[in-house]
Amino acid sequence: MTAAPKTRDDRALTSLLIKGGHVIDPSGRVDAPMDVLLKNGHVAEVAPPGKIKGSAEEKFDARGLIVAPGFIDLHVHLREPGQAHKETIATGTAAAAAGGFTSVCTMPNTIPVVDSVEWIEWLRQPERGAVVNVFPIAAATRASKGASLTDFRALQTAGAIAVTDDGKPILDDGIMREALVLGGELNFPVVQHAEDTRTTENCSMHAGARSFRLGLRGMTAAAEASIVDRDVHLAMQIPNARLHVAHLSTSDALKSLRRAKRAKARVTLEVTPHHFTLSDEDMLDYDSNYKMNPPLRSASDLEAILVALADGTVDAIATDHAPHAAHEKEMEFERAAFGITGLETALALAITRLHREKHIPLSRVVELFTAGPARCFDLRGRGTLIRGSIADVTIFDPKKKWTFDVAKSQSKSKNTPFNGWQLTGKVIATIVGGKIVYAS
Amino acid sequence: MNPARGSLLGIEHLEAAEILKILKFARRMNPDKPRPLLKGKRVLLLFYESSTRTRTSFEIAAKSLGAHTVLIQSTGSSIEKGESLLDTGYTVRAVGADVIVIRHPNAGAPYVMAQHIDVPIINAGDGLHEHPSQALLDAYTILRNKKSFKGLQVAIVGDIFHSRVARSACHLLSKFDVKIILCGPPELVPDVATTLAPGIRVTRHIEDALRGTDVLMLLRMQSERLAGMKIDVAGYTARYQMTAARLKMAKKDCIVMHPGPIIRGLELTSEVADGAQARILEEVRNGVPTRMAILARAMGKMR
Repeated sequence: MTAAPKTRDDRALTSLLIKGGHVIDPSGRVDAPMDVLLKNGHVAEVAPPGKIKGSAEEKFDARGLIVAPGFIDLHVHLREPGQAHKETIATGTAAAAAGGFTSVCTMPNTIPVVDSVEWIEWLRQPERGAVVNVFPIAAATRASKGASLTDFRALQTAGAIAVTDDGKPILDDGIMREALVLGGELNFPVVQHAEDTRTTENCSMHAGARSFRLGLRGMTAAAEASIVDRDVHLAMQIPNARLHVAHLSTSDALKSLRRAKRAKARVTLEVTPHHFTLSDEDMLDYDSNYKMNPPLRSASDLEAILVALADGTVDAIATDHAPHAAHEKEMEFERAAFGITGLETALALAITRLHREKHIPLSRVVELFTAGPARCFDLRGRGTLIRGSIADVTIFDPKKKWTFDVAKSQSKSKNTPFNGWQLTGKVIATIVGGKIVYAS
Repeated sequence: MNPARGSLLGIEHLEAAEILKILKFARRMNPDKPRPLLKGKRVLLLFYESSTRTRTSFEIAAKSLGAHTVLIQSTGSSIEKGESLLDTGYTVRAVGADVIVIRHPNAGAPYVMAQHIDVPIINAGDGLHEHPSQALLDAYTILRNKKSFKGLQVAIVGDIFHSRVARSACHLLSKFDVKIILCGPPELVPDVATTLAPGIRVTRHIEDALRGTDVLMLLRMQSERLAGMKIDVAGYTARYQMTAARLKMAKKDCIVMHPGPIIRGLELTSEVADGAQARILEEVRNGVPTRMAILARAMGKMR
């Protein structure tokens, strides 16, 4: 299934011709039958069927398949350093490859927190065994304690592509302002997990009729919206500030973001597959595979998210892949860990839910996995198949029906509510830097 | 795994006919005339939270049916050493439990247990969620004092948000088309409470709750669960405390119920607690035959 980890040498030597597929590359407004030639780790040519001259060492028959730029996931927890019992960079990136992702951005809430140049470098070492590109996001404050900023400049130079205190939102107005000011100077996005944690203590799901019925304390929609609103206001005041809102889940928060976007503020946002697929009413009683943060919201929040995905307000689909061991989930709902895995079901949920049920064009779905996320974090040469860009490609069958079996997941953890779901749309091959790292 | 037959996890998913069957069987149960329906069976009482009434009542009920009981409390057991809920469940199953009665501070804990352990699980109160045996003994008490549920109006006053007793009572009474009025300030009685079951109305005024009421259920302010909520106790007492004068606004034959423990001088005065309309100790007494029926049902002996 998964090929051996790539090395720099194989990449440079390989050429690969992807023949007979239908290319969807929203960055270049391409949506047509095309062949794609990858050479020396870059896209050498994209041309109508049969028009590419010259030979390639390898060929890939893509008849009946969609050929897209490699997918980018802006939000994954690979759990290293410190929690290798949940996931490692090797297993997490294998799951990413199986899900069609050629690049993943890792969250810094590890043990210890990734708040130093040393840990950024550690994450990027070949010994980690990554099979796809790993772009570390660094902590925004030291140990993510929310008190003093990390060294943004040094972290950026070392390879961090953004900063965040994911899971521990920056509540202090002054610190958030400082982060956006410095981020603005460095053109460095500040990612916020928007939750006013002062009002969500002991909460384990969305506050509504369902939480009242189940006797579970609920997080209000306002707990998300108030922080998004504050952050958007700051971002609009500070020159060049770049704010990225992680896993947006409420219709109220969406309103602030729409306002900011109309005012041309540099704000971007991502939405997870579970938030566009499930609402709190879909939760099975006390099944902690439905417990994540932000929680599954109301049916009307879900509808608002679907509209925002269709109309272009949402910039990216991100999984918030959050693996946990069985013993951390199979327990009292209120005590179970927050989070679900998501790398291997994201594309199929998007095709099933957004394209087939809601009739969002496939090109828009592809944009949400490619050009959209690449723009959020300035991943140059990625999320596109324009000649000269990096040879990251995702090939999928948009019509293939399959059943997700978590037992076959590449992830070390199995915490997902989608086990046994019948889905449409399957990843056929994942190509990183010109090398096939996954083929089904 | 589906819950074992005979489990009682909550009232919400119980059918009205099944509730009547349990109540009818409970009327035949008498702790003073023991019946060996559960002879030789082991009833494990797993209590993760303090309890006086529920625990002793289940214990006496089990013994009156001829069962052995073993009490495990979170303090003084492996739970204190960090054993997980399921591991404790597997352990008590392995030592030979035939029924597990569980009280737990987290909503849904009995559900988690029932999905993994193959003996009947009885919910003796889970967090803010449900307290089904209390709802059944309250229904039993109502039916001993009123002809039937037909046309009844029940007012529940106090801390509904934190009350598993209120949630179970609402589910049960709603199944019999009882008019339910929930009364208290918005922090304790959120409007969303009306979505729990059909026939529920919320009011902020005690007069409104009492007018035409046949059964008044009072609840304790659950200070241990308030978790940072700022409740003005003096203000609450002034507006909602049940006094003899206020009780006169209800129907003449209105009965006063309370799941206990009662806090005199807060949700009710001593005059009301000890008055002729109070049924608070009768509820405690009725707990035993009701729980005998619940345990007999768990072992398939409710015939």
